[in-house]
Amino acid sequence: MAEHKGIAVYCEVKGDKILPIAAEGLGAGRKLADDLGQELSAVLVGSNIGSLAQQAITYGADRAYVVDDPLLKDYQTDAYVSVMEKVIKQVMPQVLIMGQTDSGRDLAPRLAFRFGIAVTMDCVDLAIDPESKRLLQTKPVYGGNAQAVFTSEADPQMVTIRTKAMTALEPDASRKGEITNITADLQASDIRTKILDRVVEEVAGIKIEDAEVVVAGGRGIGSTEGFQQLEELAKLLKGAMGASRPPCDNGWVPDTIQVGLTGKIIAPELYVAIAISGSSQHMSGCSGSKTIIAINKDPEANIFRQARFGVVGDWKKVLPAFTEKVRGLLAS
Amino acid sequence: MNIVVCVKQVIDPEAPPSTFKIDAASNKAEMHGVPPVIDPYGEYAVEASLKVKEAKGGKITVICLGNNLSREVVKKPLAMGADELILLEDEAYVGGDSWSTATALAAAIKKMGEYDLILCGREASDTNSGQTGPGIAEILGLPCVTIARKIDITGSASRVERVTSDGYDVMEVPIPAVITVSNEIGEPRYPTIKGIMTAKKIEPVVWKPDDMGIDSSRVGAAGQRTRLNKLFQPVHEGKCEMAEGDSAEEAAVNLALKLREAKIF
Ligand SMILES: Cc1cc2nc3c(=O)[nH]c(=O)nc-3n(C[C@H](O)[C@H](O)[C@H](O)COP(=O)(O)OP(=O)(O)OC[C@H]3O[C@@H](n4cnc5c(N)ncnc54)[C@H](O)[C@@H]3O)c2cc1C
Ligand SMILES: Nc1ncnc2c1ncn2[C@@H]1O[C@H](COP(=O)(O)O)[C@@H](O)[C@H]1O
Repeated sequence: MAEHKGIAVYCEVKGDKILPIAAEGLGAGRKLADDLGQELSAVLVGSNIGSLAQQAITYGADRAYVVDDPLLKDYQTDAYVSVMEKVIKQVMPQVLIMGQTDSGRDLAPRLAFRFGIAVTMDCVDLAIDPESKRLLQTKPVYGGNAQAVFTSEADPQMVTIRTKAMTALEPDASRKGEITNITADLQASDIRTKILDRVVEEVAGIKIEDAEVVVAGGRGIGSTEGFQQLEELAKLLKGAMGASRPPCDNGWVPDTIQVGLTGKIIAPELYVAIAISGSSQHMSGCSGSKTIIAINKDPEANIFRQARFGVVGDWKKVLPAFTEKVRGLLAS
Repeated sequence: MNIVVCVKQVIDPEAPPSTFKIDAASNKAEMHGVPPVIDPYGEYAVEASLKVKEAKGGKITVICLGNNLSREVVKKPLAMGADELILLEDEAYVGGDSWSTATALAAAIKKMGEYDLILCGREASDTNSGQTGPGIAEILGLPCVTIARKIDITGSASRVERVTSDGYDVMEVPIPAVITVSNEIGEPRYPTIKGIMTAKKIEPVVWKPDDMGIDSSRVGAAGQRTRLNKLFQPVHEGKCEMAEGDSAEEAAVNLALKLREAKIF
C-alpha cells in the first residue's frame, strides 16, 4: 500500500471565491507541511470552479486538485463523499483539514467513517508533536468548558477547523503550483437526497459575521419589543444585532443571528452582551471579540468573568440611558 | 413507523461553568454536585420522534450506550412518550470515541432489525462532535440528513428541513434514513405524570457486546480510533471593570464615558 504523505486542505468554494475558512485551513496547513517538510495540497470540489485553484495556490498550496462536475453544483452528501473518497485515495495525504461549516459538519464525519476512522471536529489549534510527528488536534469539549487534545491512530488524520481560529497567509499572486483535474465519475442516481428548496432568511442591514460591533441580547430581554431597543443601539454603532439561543428558540429574533457553538462564531471589535448569562456554549461564539461589555442584573453572572467592562443592573433601565449617552458622545 | 432514537447520559451542560471540574488523573470531567442529565440534543431527537409518531403512528425505541447509567435519567424519554428502552451498558463500552460508539449503536440497530428512521442529536453536549449520526448512517449504508429543524414523512420518503447558516434547505430523503436533530425542532415536552408512571413499569433491555455478536475489542476504549491525550480548562484572565453609579442610569452613563475614554467607540 502506498504511504500517506503531505497535508491536504479541502477548500470549500462559494461563487467565485474559496471561503475564508479555506484560506485559514491553508494557512494552518502550510505551517504543518513546513514542520514536516512535506507538501501542501488544496482540494476543490464543485461546478465551474476551474479558475479557483490558482486562488488556493496564492494562499499557500503547493498543488491543487480540482473536481469540476455539474452534479457537484450544490453540496450533496452522497456526491461529495464519493468524490472526496476518490480524491483522498489518489492524493493519500497524512492530514486532511476541512472547515467546520454547514457542509463540513455533514461531509467530514461521513467521509471519515468511510475510511474507517473518526475525525476531530471543530479544532481551534493544530500542531505536529515533535516526537511522534503525529498531529495534535485541540478542540473545545463540554461546550467550551474544557479543551481536549486528540491524536488519531491511522492516516489520514482528519480534522475540521473552527472559523477564525487559524490565520490565513497574505495571498501571494506570484506563487505557482501544479493543478490536477480529477473526474467525478458520478451518476445522478448515486445521490439519494434531493434538495427541494433553499430558503434564505435575509436580515436587513449589516450581516452579523461582517459587523465590527454586535449588540446581543439573551433570555432576559424577554420579547421582540425588547430587542427593538437593542437594534437601536446596534444601528447607532453601525453594527448588527445578535442573540443567545433562547431568544431564537422563542421566536423573538431570527435563528440566523444566534451566536455560539451551534450558531455563529464571530470576532467583532466590540460585543455588547445584554441579559446573557455567559454560558460556555454562548461564549464559544464570541470569546474572540476584542472587547466584551456586559449588562446583567446578576453580579455573579459568568459573563462578567469574560467581559472587559460591565454594569450590574436591569437592562431596561441601563440600556436607554446608555444608548442616549452614546448618541450624545458620538455627536459631540 | 419504527423509530430509533439514540440518547446519551451526560454531565449537565446547563450547570453554571463554576461547577465544572476536571480530574487530571483520569482525564475526566464532572459538574461538581450536579446530577447527570439526558444529552439535550438527544432530548430534541426524542421530541422529533414523538412528533413523527403523532403524525404517522408507530413505535419509538430509545438506545443509550454507557455504563452505570442512572435509571431515572435514561428513562426520561419513556416518560416523554417513547415505547422501549435498550441499554448498551457494560464496562466494555467505557472510554470510547465516536468510532466505537457509532459501531456499537449501529450493531444494536442492526440487531433490532426493523427501522424506518434513526434519530440522533446534532451534537452531544460533552463531545461537541456531531459524528455519531453520520457514522451510524455510513456503517449501515443509509442516507443521512444532519441538523434537522423539521421532519415530515411522505410515503417512502422523509421531507426534512436542514438548518443552514443563513436559513434552511428543504431536502427529500428516502427512508430508512438517519437524521440528526437541532433545537429548532421545538422544545422537548415535559413528561406527564401518566408518562412517568408508565416509564416506571418499563424494564429496559440490556445488551452486552456479545449479545450483538460484536467483539469487546471493537467497543469502548479498545475500539477507539482517536486518542484523548489531554483534557484541560482554558483560563480566562480577564478582569471586568464595573461602571458604578447611584442609579442604574448613572452607571450606564459612566459605562459610556469609560468606553469613550478607552476609545472603544
Ligand atoms: C450542545 C449545546 C449547544 C448550545 N449552543 C448554544 C449556542 O450556540 N448559543 C447559545 O447562546 N446557547 C447555546 N446553548 C445553550 C446554552 O447552554 C444556554 O442555555 C444559553 O446560552 C443561555 O442563554 P441566556 O444567557 O440568554 O439565558 P440564561 O442563562 O437564562 O441567562 C439570562 C440572563 O439574563 C439576566 N437577566 C434577566 N433579566 C434581566 C434584566 N431585566 N436585566 C439584566 N439582566 C437580566 C439574568 O441574570 C441571566 O444572567 C447550547 C447548549 C448545548 C447543550
Ligand atoms: N453513548 C451514546 N448513547 C446513545 N446515543 C449517543 C451516544 N453518544 C452519542 N449519541 C448520539 O449521537 C449524538 C451526537 O453525538 P456526538 O457525535 O458525540 O456529538 C447525540 O446527541 C446522541 O443522539
